[in-house]
Order: sequence, then C-alpha cells, then structure tokens
Amino acid sequence: MARPVGIIGTGQTKHGKRMDVCYPELVREAVMTVFAETGIDPGDIDGVVSGTMPSMMEGIALTHFYFADAMQASGKQILKTETCGSTGVSIAHTAYYWVASGMADLVLAVGHEKMNEGDSQATMTTVAEPFYQRFFIAGAPGVFSMQSQMWTDRYGIPEDKLRDAAAYISVTHHNSAFDNPYAHIKIRVTMDDVKNARIITYPVRLLDVCPNSDGACAVIFASDKMIRKLGKKAAWVKGVGYSGEEYYFGDSDKAVWQAAIQAAKQAYKQAGIRNPRKELDVAEVYNPFTYQEMLFYECFGFCDFGQAPDLVLKGTFGRKGELPCDPSGGTLCTNPIGATGLIRTAEAALQVMGKAGDHQVPGAKLALAHAMGGVDQFNGIIILGSEK
Amino acid sequence: MTKEYKTIKTELRLPYELAYGATWTRFFEGMQEKKIYGTKCPKCGKVLVPARSFCPKCFVDTDKWVEVSQEGKLTAWSYTNYRYFGQPVDPPFIGALIRLDGTDVDLLHLVGGIDLKNFDEVKRTIKNGMKVKAVWSDERKGHILDIRYFEPV
Repeated sequence: MARPVGIIGTGQTKHGKRMDVCYPELVREAVMTVFAETGIDPGDIDGVVSGTMPSMMEGIALTHFYFADAMQASGKQILKTETCGSTGVSIAHTAYYWVASGMADLVLAVGHEKMNEGDSQATMTTVAEPFYQRFFIAGAPGVFSMQSQMWTDRYGIPEDKLRDAAAYISVTHHNSAFDNPYAHIKIRVTMDDVKNARIITYPVRLLDVCPNSDGACAVIFASDKMIRKLGKKAAWVKGVGYSGEEYYFGDSDKAVWQAAIQAAKQAYKQAGIRNPRKELDVAEVYNPFTYQEMLFYECFGFCDFGQAPDLVLKGTFGRKGELPCDPSGGTLCTNPIGATGLIRTAEAALQVMGKAGDHQVPGAKLALAHAMGGVDQFNGIIILGSEK
Repeated sequence: MTKEYKTIKTELRLPYELAYGATWTRFFEGMQEKKIYGTKCPKCGKVLVPARSFCPKCFVDTDKWVEVSQEGKLTAWSYTNYRYFGQPVDPPFIGALIRLDGTDVDLLHLVGGIDLKNFDEVKRTIKNGMKVKAVWSDERKGHILDIRYFEPV
C-alpha cells in the first residue's frame, strides 16, 4: 500500500507577461520561493519532476534539461511529465507516486510555461495529427467551445441563462484575482462586458477565455516520516485520479465527459468522498473557459447534468457559496499551461493549510484540484486534506 | 518607467514526411474519387470514419471496408473568429462534428455554404441535428480538404 504523502510548501512566480526574465530565471523564481518558504535545504531533495505543456511552446526541446540548473537538479534523479493541459496535475501525481512508493522522501515538482514567447494556439494545434483533425480544431478554444455547445444543446439550456451564468463566473473570478497576489489578469469586468465581448469561438467570448501567461510553480512533496521529522504542517494527498479516452475528437461523447467523471470517481473513492458538494470545502477546477467550467461541475458530481447554470446564478460555487470554486481567480485569470495544474494543486494545498491569504476559504479542510488536457482527451484530479 | 529588456527573434522550420500506412492511403484514395470510407470493428460492430486499421475501443483489427453516406446530421459546432500563426483555414469558419448516416462516430470537419461573415445569420441557420451533405472540391489531392465543407441540405 502507498505511504501517506503530504505537500509541505508551494512557490509561485508572479504570473503575467514576464519579459523581464529569461525562461530559466522564471523557473528559478518559483523554486527559490518554495525553498525559502519551507526552509528545505535543496541538497536534501531526492528527486525532481518537471513539466511543460509541450516543450515546443517556447521552441526549446526537453526543457527539463534546460532548467536543471534553475531547479538545482544536477546530481539528482530527474523526471519529465508532459500531458498537455493536464501536465501540472500529472507532475503532482508523479511526485506523489515517487514518494508514496517509498523510493523518495522529498521530491520537488516544478511546472512552467512562457506562453508569451511563442504562438500558443499554433502550438496547441499541433496536438492534433495533420491527416484529419489539425485543420478544424482551431487551437484550444475551437474544440472546447464545440464541447460546450454540445453540452448546452444536450440539456436544452436557454441561451440567455447560459450567457448570464458564464458572465457570472467570469465576473466572480476576475474579482477574485485581485485577492491573489500571483494572478495575471486583474481587471474589473461587468456582466454586460462579458456578455457583449467579441466572439472568439462561439459560444466563447473574449472574457470567457483565459490569457496567455508566463509563470512557474514549485511544490515540495514529502513522506509522512519526513514531515514528522521536520515538524511541519502539510496538505495531505487523500486521492488521485486520471482518466482519458480515445484520441479522436468525435469518437466519444464530450457533453457527459467520461474522462472527467472517471478521474473524479477514482480520486473520490481513494479519499472516501461520497457527496463532493457537501464534503469538499473548496475546488480549484481547471477553467480556461467559463462554459467548460460548468460542465466540469456536473462531471465532478457537484450537481446534476444540466443544473450547473442555475446553481452558478444562485452563487453555489461563488466565494461565499456552498462549494467555492477557484477562489484564486483560477485558470481563467492565469494560464501558464505547464504550470497551471500544479498551481491548482498549490492553491488547494494553501487552502487546506490555511495559508491562502485574502482568498482563503475560512476553515477549508478538504480541497480538489484539477486539470485537463489533449484534444478534449484526459483529466487529472488530486484531493488534498488538512488531516492525514 | 519599466525597463525594456532585449528579446531574440528565432524560428523553427523542420521538414517531415509522415507515412499514411495502408488504411489511411486507401481512405484518401477514396477521397480523390469523391468517396468516404469507413471500417467496421468485428467486435463492437461500429463503423468508424475516417477508416481505422484497428478499433480504438476494442483494440482489435477492423476487417471490413464500408463506403459511408455523404450526408449526416450535425452533432455540435463552433464558430471560430480568431487567427493564429499558420492557421490552415481562414477565419471565420465553423468547425463541426458530423455523424454521417450509418456511422457510429462523429467526423470533424467544416460547415459552410452560408454567409459566414454574418454571425446572426449563422446562428439562425446552424442547428444541432440539422442535415448536412459533403461538398467536394473540383481539384482533389487525396486530402481531408478534398471535401470543402458540409452544407445544410
């Protein structure tokens, strides 16, 4: 059986357009922050896990070698995990498995991306093969918007209600970003601003979609034994789930998205969660698009299918709601993709450790973090708790 | 005032020659003759389009070729109204999932044949479940864009 594993510290860069640093310096900023925060001697780290969305985002292959110095990884075991948008959660999973297996006591996980240095959508379009699908997916927004359109139609959600709910989510997250010192986009928007913004990929409009961010995140995973030795508070890993489906967009249903449903089920089973809306205190859902965020609420069992827009408009998932989602402002306000899932994990850890500052959900004890990747193909979940 | 730091402009251009393999070669030869081929899984019986050499759900080799209908129903769509580097289809365009009659998966392609510049018109015209049919290019090269788009019937 797996050993108990906890997160003992997190480090984030200030996310945004960071042309003031080269890419390794950006990575170093996150790594130095987590070492300063935890007081861990970098020499005590057993292994390092690194990941980007695709290395090609910045045109340099095998970036874990490029960042070996910045991650202080020379002389250590190093792994790279790359699972497209879900990379950040997969990095967390890799670090977790490494420590849980008993093969390491301290693992440094680092996610990073510098989206402003390339053409993000051109890069993401290469996730699709060039025989059949690359011509039509239109980067990330095209394919995820089509999924949202399918979901809207399946449940007959009236357009007015849908746009109101999406706008409500956008306004809530943009406001929350002001409470997060690391968030990228800090603008005040109104419901009307969101509803009347330019169409990017219908139904998604400009303020329904995440930015291109430069950013990195570093998280230290430790064994039970090490946490006791250090006398540290930890965010304990209660469950992990990862699930996907066929490669071709069109081979499987995306409105009732099994990859998301199964990933959550696996994690809930390990964590002993039966009623997620009631038992979870906070969720950091990977939400690059407002519409897709609602679909995730349903796939994760936060509510029934077709019900999310009504609950969103009631404030159920707002900052003071029954299950606050993305109090950090989420992916909608900050998206350095290879780091994003690890930022969700770090934010969930901060919440259950009571260290989330101005966006702390009072008394949060159990948190979910999520990311998804591929041409609508894979989902990853990690559940963190304040108690072992 | 914020200091401006230097940047370097660089570019990667790499040539590739990717193999179609026997199954996809046959599929694209069919496209040149204005035919759409699928393959059938012997285990689940699903007709897969475009043709695959093995079933992505059952993991067994497909054993039967089927020429499928050029008409089908719209499953989902999105109107793309932004541009990225090297984009192969000029925006605005409608990316769509289409369930061709007699097949069991959705084909990803374009919906066209209407005024795409007028979004209100697009929204009035394009509905999930509507019938669409393939419109072929006059010059076919054995490429997925030999079908120019699917138009409302």
